[in-house]
Amino acid sequence: MKWIIKMFSSTIGQKFIMALTGLFLCAFLIVHTLGNLQLFKSDGGLAFNTYSVFMSTNPVIKCISYLLYATILLHAIKGFMLLRKNKKARPIDYAVQGGSANSHWTSRSMGILGTILLLFIVVHMYNFWFEYKFGHVPFTSYFTNMATGETKFQPMSADYVQANKMEEGMISNEQGQFRVVVVKDLFKEVEISFKEWWLVALYVICMFSVSFHLYHGFQSAFQTLGINHSKYNGLIQFIGVWFFSIFIPIAFAAMPLYFFFK
Amino acid sequence: MEKHLNLTLKIWRQKNAKAKGNFEAYKMTGISTDMSFLEMFDVLNERLVNDNIDPIAFDHDCREGICGACSMVINGRPHGPKNAITTCQLHMRSFNDGDTITVEPWRASPFPIIKDLVVDRSSFDRIMAAGGFVSTNTGSAQDANCTLISKEAADESLAAAACIGCGACVAACKNASAMLFVSAKVSQFALLPQGQPERKKRVLEMVAQMDTEGFGACTNTGACSAECPKEISLTHIARMNRDYLMAELC
Ligand code: FES
Repeated sequence: MKWIIKMFSSTIGQKFIMALTGLFLCAFLIVHTLGNLQLFKSDGGLAFNTYSVFMSTNPVIKCISYLLYATILLHAIKGFMLLRKNKKARPIDYAVQGGSANSHWTSRSMGILGTILLLFIVVHMYNFWFEYKFGHVPFTSYFTNMATGETKFQPMSADYVQANKMEEGMISNEQGQFRVVVVKDLFKEVEISFKEWWLVALYVICMFSVSFHLYHGFQSAFQTLGINHSKYNGLIQFIGVWFFSIFIPIAFAAMPLYFFFK
Repeated sequence: MEKHLNLTLKIWRQKNAKAKGNFEAYKMTGISTDMSFLEMFDVLNERLVNDNIDPIAFDHDCREGICGACSMVINGRPHGPKNAITTCQLHMRSFNDGDTITVEPWRASPFPIIKDLVVDRSSFDRIMAAGGFVSTNTGSAQDANCTLISKEAADESLAAAACIGCGACVAACKNASAMLFVSAKVSQFALLPQGQPERKKRVLEMVAQMDTEGFGACTNTGACSAECPKEISLTHIARMNRDYLMAELC
């Protein structure tokens, strides 16, 4: 046990923590992006809302989400600790800064980019996670025609409550057989929130931070873990640049923009 | 073709380790473009001595890029604007007439300033003493080829061994991290059969000493390698990280 503590308290060990937690957060981003792409479905939010219920009730996912919150905190706290340690190693800075000649600015700005992201995560979780869990998210009922697959929806009254986040059943009438789902409408919450221009602007700007942070961070994690070989450096760089620093931020930024202009 | 430059030098002057220190400006006229940067300093110091002013203290020894003594941050870059050279190999033709050149010492708490531009780099010596050696009794000379080493490993090891311990990596790093230096010294042995018996112990002890000295952590900016006069590669840092992990795990 002692050796683990010793390892993770050395400078290299502390960077291992940053790399491992960082890569776990990258993996989460993949799930978060793909899941949220359901916001673009034109089904009145049925798929997204069903997915939200699954993500917030499935016991395995719940465990992973607690691990995720802990990981975010660990990554942030370790990051601040390292920042302080690094500052102590250079208490007096140079009068002339020559960094741009020898390194990429994103790599020199991980602390500030990370801080922006941490603040963003707080705002983001307040906007949706907190609202969904503790706020007043209204319910909506969805009627899916079993024969045609067509879905109609109708918001429930504001004071409607039910024991579970989602209830479902079947009804049939002269128009056919319908699957009825009454579910907490997080989709609506998203829709309303992103009508606010400043929130949209904030989200889009913060996605630049995601992009720049991951532009360096993803590749850097592999280097820290000792994975640096001409055989796979190209692939790591490709994924880091194209997937994590271009595709993911664009996909995320598209969501608020989509609802704002919808 | 030789030209002559008029320059303004802004140089960090600090009486001793305790003193506060500040920049002093010196006007230089008629500096030949054929001079090395240190020769320009010699000219300035001769003038200062003639004027009864304390000359500027700066480290230098070989003046041919071998010893690594000539530590100076010139306009924000260790060893000046050119890549892969030391300050003594920098020529005044790299500057333009009318330039203001700011010269500062290496800035890192494990490299305390002794005077002006001279810093104490004995923290590097202590890291070397912690494990940067091979403690085998070599006995009498062996047959040249009785220990087999692949060409690739030998080349890689020699590339790491090219490190002259100048400290430019620490000076360039925004975190004043010594990872490039330590990793070069770990790598040069880790790649050779002779380095194997103490491979794990070496990396653990050198890293521990590096931490004790108070160097920063590595953000992988690559500034160290970009400023290294011997162009030591970041792959050595990855190797050290790997070796460190393996040594801790098993
Ligand atoms: S004086 Fe020896 S390397 Fe510059």
